[in-house]
Amino acid sequence: MQTLFLQGPSVTLRMILLVILSVVLMTLDHRWNHLQAVRSTLSNLLYPLQYTIDLPIRFYYWADETLTSHNKLLLENRELKAQQLENRVQLQKLDILEKENERLRLLLSATPKTHEKVLIAEIIGVDVDPYRQLFVINKGRLHGVTAGQPIIDAHGVMGQTLYVNAYSSTVMLITDASHALPVQIDRTGLRAILFGTGQKDYLDLRHIPHNADVKVGDLLITSGLGGRFPPNYPVAIITSVERVAGEPFARIRAEPLALLEQSREVLLVMSEQNEQPPEAPPPADAEAEKPAGKDKPASENANAQ
Amino acid sequence: MRSDLRIAIITIIAAFALAIMPMPDWALKLRPDWVTLALIYWAMALPSRIGVTTAWFAGLMLDVAHGAILGQHAVGLVLVVYIVLLQHQRMRVASLLQQALVVLALLLLKQLLVLWVNGITGHDTGGWLYFAPSLIGALLWPWVYIVLRDLRRKFVYRAM
Repeated sequence: MQTLFLQGPSVTLRMILLVILSVVLMTLDHRWNHLQAVRSTLSNLLYPLQYTIDLPIRFYYWADETLTSHNKLLLENRELKAQQLENRVQLQKLDILEKENERLRLLLSATPKTHEKVLIAEIIGVDVDPYRQLFVINKGRLHGVTAGQPIIDAHGVMGQTLYVNAYSSTVMLITDASHALPVQIDRTGLRAILFGTGQKDYLDLRHIPHNADVKVGDLLITSGLGGRFPPNYPVAIITSVERVAGEPFARIRAEPLALLEQSREVLLVMSEQNEQPPEAPPPADAEAEKPAGKDKPASENANAQ
Repeated sequence: MRSDLRIAIITIIAAFALAIMPMPDWALKLRPDWVTLALIYWAMALPSRIGVTTAWFAGLMLDVAHGAILGQHAVGLVLVVYIVLLQHQRMRVASLLQQALVVLALLLLKQLLVLWVNGITGHDTGGWLYFAPSLIGALLWPWVYIVLRDLRRKFVYRAM
């Protein structure tokens, strides 16, 4: 039965209720991150669609692999073998160095370095918000991913997981405007915080005084402060240093080393710290995280400025 | 499930697919808001079936798809669909051009609400280009309308 007029009051009432509910949801989500379960359930509904849209791209890669000629594969194989040999030689040296380092640390009774495991994930080819630097990967809670886990590729740090769902996760790149990462300059050991800008090709190194020793071409590595990213991963190269008289800090730009636009496969770093259950983070650690580095997603950045 | 509701849901899912389909970089910020367009049509054509609750749910899904905070797109979609529900009889008899103008206003309203929440949560979306998707959406409205109307007629009448 269809009436000519909709029941006016009930529609208005429902609209008002839903608007209030939305505002409550937004507040809960933004202030306290309480809605992980809701988001996770909804994204499970969305995942089949994302998977389907990614299928043609997947098919393209599959076809590309299957249809390459025998000769090309042989050539590639030979090249890879040569490269692997080279890498292995270097790894041997690294192994010895690592052992030596461990012994020296033991002598100094310093804390031993944590060892990191990695998990390979593939980027799902769907678009997220064009005004943010996010993407979706095909590994989720069922694969052991937790929120805030570092993502790297073969060249450097890419970002961290923002939302973790059952089968997929949303990743925030280091270039996202709400991302900040504690780094240090490899050459001098100067610690700083690297901010995303929302632009794909550069990052901002902020709050560095004019007289600091920073040069174009300096390598930035993660400092490990903040406890979220493991130390000593390469992040970016400084591309420009401007010292404008009258401004309190130098304007320093850096270019990310990771191929943020080109990688299809990324590595999730599973450090020992990350393997702890996320429900019970040590409270002392969380406190220490705040002043040291704010490599946390979202609004914390505002506090620092 | 009634066949008109079924076709509405199928086209809304298709709109979601268009909304997350990978696009070249230059087109990313011009992508029209397909989900809102589809919901405007269905709220106009089937006001007794597609209401504010459907819009709210679609908005939440859009939030998840965009990685936005939950409720951001939902609040905009609820208001847009509510206005369409109030005005659906007037909109139905309007010409396509007039409809497109109303749709432009509705799309802008939704984007404004999203922008507002972005501002509160501290995400920058600078530049007038931000509103380009609304303009493109309104320009595409006649085609969206015709395609969805034909789909509705085809599937609903066959089932009857």
